[in-house]
Amino acid sequence: MSRGSFNKAAALHLSAVGVLFALHFILPDYHHGNLARIMVLASFAMAYNISFGYTGLLSLGHAMFFAAGLYTAGLMAQFAGLGAAGGIILGLAAGFALAVAVGCLALRTTGVAFMIVTLMFAQAAFLTIFYFGEYTRGDEGFIIPSLQRHLFGLSLAEPAVRYFVALTLFALCVAVSYGVARSSLGRVFAAIRENEERTRMLGYNVFLYKLAALAISGAMAGAAGAAYGLLFGYVGSTFASIQYSIFPLLWVLMGGAATVLGPFAGTLLMFYLVDISSAFTTANMLIVGLALIGLILFFPKGILGTLRERVAPWLP
Amino acid sequence: MADKVKSKRIRPSSGISRRRALAGLGAAAAGGAALSALPGFVRYAQAQSSAPIKIGFQVHRTGIGAAYGRWYARTTQAATQVINEAGGINGRPVEIIAEDDGTDPKRGAEVIEKFATQHGADVAYGTLFSHVVIGSAPRAGELKIPYFVVSEGHHVASGMLNRYTLQPGITDVKSQVQSMAPWVASNLGKKVTMIYPDFAFGHNHRDYFSAAMAAQGGEVIGKIAIPPTESSYFKYFPKIPRGTEVLYHVMVGPGVLTFVKEMGEFFGAKGPRIFGFIDSLEAVNIASPGLEFLEGSYFWEGHPRHAQASSGKFDAFYRAKVGVDANGASLDDPKDIATYSHMFGCWETLHTIKRGMESAGYRGPGDRAKLIEAVEDIKAMEESQAHPQGAKIFNGKTHQVFGHQFISQVGGGKLNVVHKTAIEEGFYKDEVDYTKQPL
Repeated sequence: MSRGSFNKAAALHLSAVGVLFALHFILPDYHHGNLARIMVLASFAMAYNISFGYTGLLSLGHAMFFAAGLYTAGLMAQFAGLGAAGGIILGLAAGFALAVAVGCLALRTTGVAFMIVTLMFAQAAFLTIFYFGEYTRGDEGFIIPSLQRHLFGLSLAEPAVRYFVALTLFALCVAVSYGVARSSLGRVFAAIRENEERTRMLGYNVFLYKLAALAISGAMAGAAGAAYGLLFGYVGSTFASIQYSIFPLLWVLMGGAATVLGPFAGTLLMFYLVDISSAFTTANMLIVGLALIGLILFFPKGILGTLRERVAPWLP
Repeated sequence: MADKVKSKRIRPSSGISRRRALAGLGAAAAGGAALSALPGFVRYAQAQSSAPIKIGFQVHRTGIGAAYGRWYARTTQAATQVINEAGGINGRPVEIIAEDDGTDPKRGAEVIEKFATQHGADVAYGTLFSHVVIGSAPRAGELKIPYFVVSEGHHVASGMLNRYTLQPGITDVKSQVQSMAPWVASNLGKKVTMIYPDFAFGHNHRDYFSAAMAAQGGEVIGKIAIPPTESSYFKYFPKIPRGTEVLYHVMVGPGVLTFVKEMGEFFGAKGPRIFGFIDSLEAVNIASPGLEFLEGSYFWEGHPRHAQASSGKFDAFYRAKVGVDANGASLDDPKDIATYSHMFGCWETLHTIKRGMESAGYRGPGDRAKLIEAVEDIKAMEESQAHPQGAKIFNGKTHQVFGHQFISQVGGGKLNVVHKTAIEEGFYKDEVDYTKQPL
């Protein structure tokens, strides 16, 4: 890749973060709140993109990493009085640790078997939340005390604080994704995705690289989960259910797998598809489904993936 | 009737004849001329006074709560029409802005934000499922929008939520369960085995009923939790301890019919006496095939589904307005069974919002704090057109209402009321004083 295209790509991603910064001052309240939510969810989608988009690991269990962060931050706030900064760090660590543990076992499988094994692990994690219902309040969930929802003395309930925390997390996830995509590590990930056997023949320890991809992905998902709980104040088992393993897959497919900003585009599009269509019909997921079919027909590699293929080959 | 609520907004219907309209216009013109001559009269005051009161209705249109949501929507539509026909709130019509929350806490919180920041709703209202309430309440508190839930969860009175969340239209599970224990202990038996879903709703029943039975000198000798993923129940029945006199069941979800059928096959003609919560069979015809085993068993009901000889004129009025027949089914479709034990909460909550707004002299979102204080000041609610389920007592400190409960026996495919509890039987010690929290 030429230096020019490198600069172009870096400028694009910096501009995207800059635009999101500027939107804070422009957007009306409702969309301002939505965008904060979308940026956190997009961080989760970017986490998924590291394992699925860049490395080709189609997991159906990423909700467990998101929930690991969510519950770690929530339970630590609830029972140990831990604040937001500690909650996000521990949430990240929980996502990382769970991904390493699950990866050590699940990565012994590939393809469809990997999908099923990750799905089963996620279901076990989901039921664990019910098993410890005395602490987690099972399906009802619990509210994180407002005293613990402070970061450096600032209340996360304040719209501006919430927005900038979400933006910071998002920018960090963009930086990590961008860094991975540009690094030699990212190139090994892509090599595994394209031809695992050949990568192994070239002398790479494929298992360790896949574990690394899953660990980075799990850590990012854990941080996103912790941030989501702390920013919006609620921890519940719904976030560990199968649908929250499917959502990041859809967001990434919509936006473009193996593109840094694709997960954000997919999350944004799907959020507003549901939001707008639910005002007209109860079949809003049907509209999402139709949109997905349309995307597959006209943008088979997702929005940014197709753009990269047709007009901007320099997009990471 | 009914599913007109699918259109996003329930607009107030005028129901005014041409003659009345002309007479009204004449009077308004004269009144307007007189008013405009008064000092201090400003134009926007008129605009403000005639603008509708916007009530954001967080409805479970899709997801696991859809059966409840459909009837909550019908009840909301009927109550809104009755309120508007009687002059609205403070002379202003009520407009319902309905948004589907998918029975999902994440979407629920987003819907609250939409009401507060996009629709400009005066209040949010109408949520049933506890996880949606708990997921939405923090945002309601942060946005300072009064959030009137119709959930029967103990989450409001437990102190878990905030000053902006209130439950003035339906009693909570702790109160319901507690007021059942004296009758169960003295009429069915003192040794009880409970079968309940292994999640928070079931755990609430387990904990509150165990404590209430102990207070009656009874004992819960078996506690059988059914995992949420279970689809067959045979293996659980042998766990029911010998000596069980009463089997207490409260199952929800699509497995209920299987559960009852398998229970019947297990016990046959003899077995313990059975007491259940109607939550198991809300929106389900009690005369459905497979439910024969329930004949002679007892149920808690929040509001008797089948019209009783003792049902008063207010229940008849409410039933007719919502479009429910004497068997608790839709007037349009006898197979469409109402969620009768819960949906009255919507009717009564809307009337309590009206009472609170009128008492507070509510004019707009700037008066939301006054509205909260006005509702907190409410104590007695008489049985009336506004409260067809019966009289109630509201606790302003805990933001929770208390009322009568009913015990019905299944007989001839109907639920026949055999006992009505006193309001006081549902009282318990306050666990929070929300009035001490800042507004």
